[in-house]
Amino acid sequence: MRPVKGRSLWADGIRRLRKRNFAMICFGIVLVYFILAGIIFLDEVFNWNLKAFQWNEIVGPSYQAPMAEYTWTPEGQTESRTDWTLFGTDFLGRSTLRKTIYGAKTSVTVALCASFISLLIGVPLGAIAGYFRGWVDDVIVWFYTTLGTIPYILLVMAFAVVLRENAFGWEIRGITAVYLAIGLTSWVGICRLIRGEIIKRKEGEYVLAARALGCSNGRIIFKHLLPNVFHVIIINFSLRFVSFIHAEVILSFLGLGETDKPSWGAMIDAARTELARNVWWEMAAATVAIFFISLALNIFGDALRDCLDPKLRTD
Amino acid sequence: MTAYIIRRLLYMIPVVIGVLLVTFCLFTLVGGDISQQIAGKNADAETIAEIRHEYGFDKPLFAGYKLPEGDEQLWESEKEAFIQNLKAEAIEKSGSEEVSVTEYDAKKKWLSQRFWKGIKQGKLKQVLSMLTFDSQFLDHFKKAFTFNFGRALDREKIGEKIARGVGPSLALTVPMFIGTVVISISFALIVAFLRGTVWDHTIVILCVAGMSIPYLSFIIFGQYYFAYKLDWFPIFYDPSRPMYLSIVLPALIGIVAGLGTNLRFYRTIMLDEIRNDYVRTAFAKGLATPKVLFKHVLKNAMIPIVTNVVLSIPYLILGSLLLERFFGIPGLGYLMIEAINARDFFVLNAMTFIMALLIAFFTLVTDICYAWVDPRVKFD
Repeated sequence: MRPVKGRSLWADGIRRLRKRNFAMICFGIVLVYFILAGIIFLDEVFNWNLKAFQWNEIVGPSYQAPMAEYTWTPEGQTESRTDWTLFGTDFLGRSTLRKTIYGAKTSVTVALCASFISLLIGVPLGAIAGYFRGWVDDVIVWFYTTLGTIPYILLVMAFAVVLRENAFGWEIRGITAVYLAIGLTSWVGICRLIRGEIIKRKEGEYVLAARALGCSNGRIIFKHLLPNVFHVIIINFSLRFVSFIHAEVILSFLGLGETDKPSWGAMIDAARTELARNVWWEMAAATVAIFFISLALNIFGDALRDCLDPKLRTD
Repeated sequence: MTAYIIRRLLYMIPVVIGVLLVTFCLFTLVGGDISQQIAGKNADAETIAEIRHEYGFDKPLFAGYKLPEGDEQLWESEKEAFIQNLKAEAIEKSGSEEVSVTEYDAKKKWLSQRFWKGIKQGKLKQVLSMLTFDSQFLDHFKKAFTFNFGRALDREKIGEKIARGVGPSLALTVPMFIGTVVISISFALIVAFLRGTVWDHTIVILCVAGMSIPYLSFIIFGQYYFAYKLDWFPIFYDPSRPMYLSIVLPALIGIVAGLGTNLRFYRTIMLDEIRNDYVRTAFAKGLATPKVLFKHVLKNAMIPIVTNVVLSIPYLILGSLLLERFFGIPGLGYLMIEAINARDFFVLNAMTFIMALLIAFFTLVTDICYAWVDPRVKFD
């Protein structure tokens, strides 16, 4: 008799996901942002000096409108020439398009690192609390209730300010402070979620079987229970990613973000003074960039949730 | 019920202590001694020492040494020699001639040497009399429980600053909140009724699109277009004109920016209700749609709605950081941004604690309301 090959939860979920064309388009958009960020990262590491990523280069006079032709004399040259840019130039005459593209790297780095930090803290803590219960659970629940009691925006700001000012003598600069602040403060949600899921599942037969076979607690948690709640982590991750990108914008506005390199937050922040001079393209470019990745991630995250865990469905 | 309330009240104690521990770690342990920053770059040692004393940075973190009564004579007599000794040691170590040893540092060293000597010789009484718990840690708790947060960096009392900011913050956030809730609940009812149709899908997509635009873009664009370009509203808060004039635009921007998230949230609640059997029964017995929606569904959906509303109250007091900043409304959000720009940890500390207290309290109120309204909730 031929053994029947069962379909796993993941295979099932991905099959359902493939049928949703719109969600797959959104996934494609997200992928484009990630690949862009990856190429910029490699470009910086290996010094490829690709033209599209040279955000530093001055391509024209300051504040040139999008698609408008202008004549200018580049520094060190005598001949003037006629040029145009797709999204205009900023105060220093740098290309807005290149800055926006580079911003993808900043935002994706911040959101990825912050997500990893918050998962790294939240998932094990939640799993341990849910599995062992008792005093361990009490302590962990107390800890996240405490953090949850402080308004999130206050907590992030406090972390960002303190980390930048004075962090045990380490110099924490630019986006490192941003993703540390976001990551260290946002693990409460995922911790609570994982704890609930583990409590629900730890009485399952497969856990009992594992225990009967003599598995250690660590093995049961990390090899048997966590893979079964992994889809919860992935869904949470995709939806959380959006809020991290938006948090970066707010921190940039507060002067707690990246200062040396372009970021979408800094570009939107610059519009405060630029709009009065009718310079709308820098803010528009950054907003559109954020809009598309957020929209795509939101829709994809919802689709992912519907496909992987129909029970979590809300509508 | 009473037992439940008491138990929940008692549970607030560890949470409040936890919040104090977190703020202590953040602002005192990691933040450290910022008297140098307060005094400025060109301040002399004396000014710094003064500031250090005023803000209590000269105290030990948790516990430290003190000069026991009756030992002042001993210190005075040994002082000169001890300082000379320290100087000689420091010169030998660094090799340079210019080494300054302050009396404060010398005294600390002398005390610690005496303390450890006492421990080695087993003089328990002397050792204990040298310990003091008058520390920054204790100060931190004292400040919080007496609500006496001292002065901010600009010499104004923090308590007064906060009390002054509550009014303007509420003036902005309350209309904004009421507007958001009323609009999103009415829309949510309509959308929930139209579920599955093109309208429903369109509105959901619009909601997600609204959620995807950064809050900052909404504010900057709204302020530029409606206040600066069209000149319908004042750009900045003007104390000489009626308050509502300056509130209208930021409140509207806040409502529009928050509509996507809220509408989606309330739609989910309504959909959960509409799937229930009693709704089918109501329709089956021939009730008109508005009657079913507003009389049956809305009433039952009130529990999660009220929960959400009560939980939002502390955030209303906190105000809106970005809106207040952009429109110059002197509320608590504005105070926070000022504190961040000035690196004023004292204000941040006080605000964090007060907000945490409010949130803990209103969470408790929500849980009690919940238990009171819904008899199915068990008290355990």
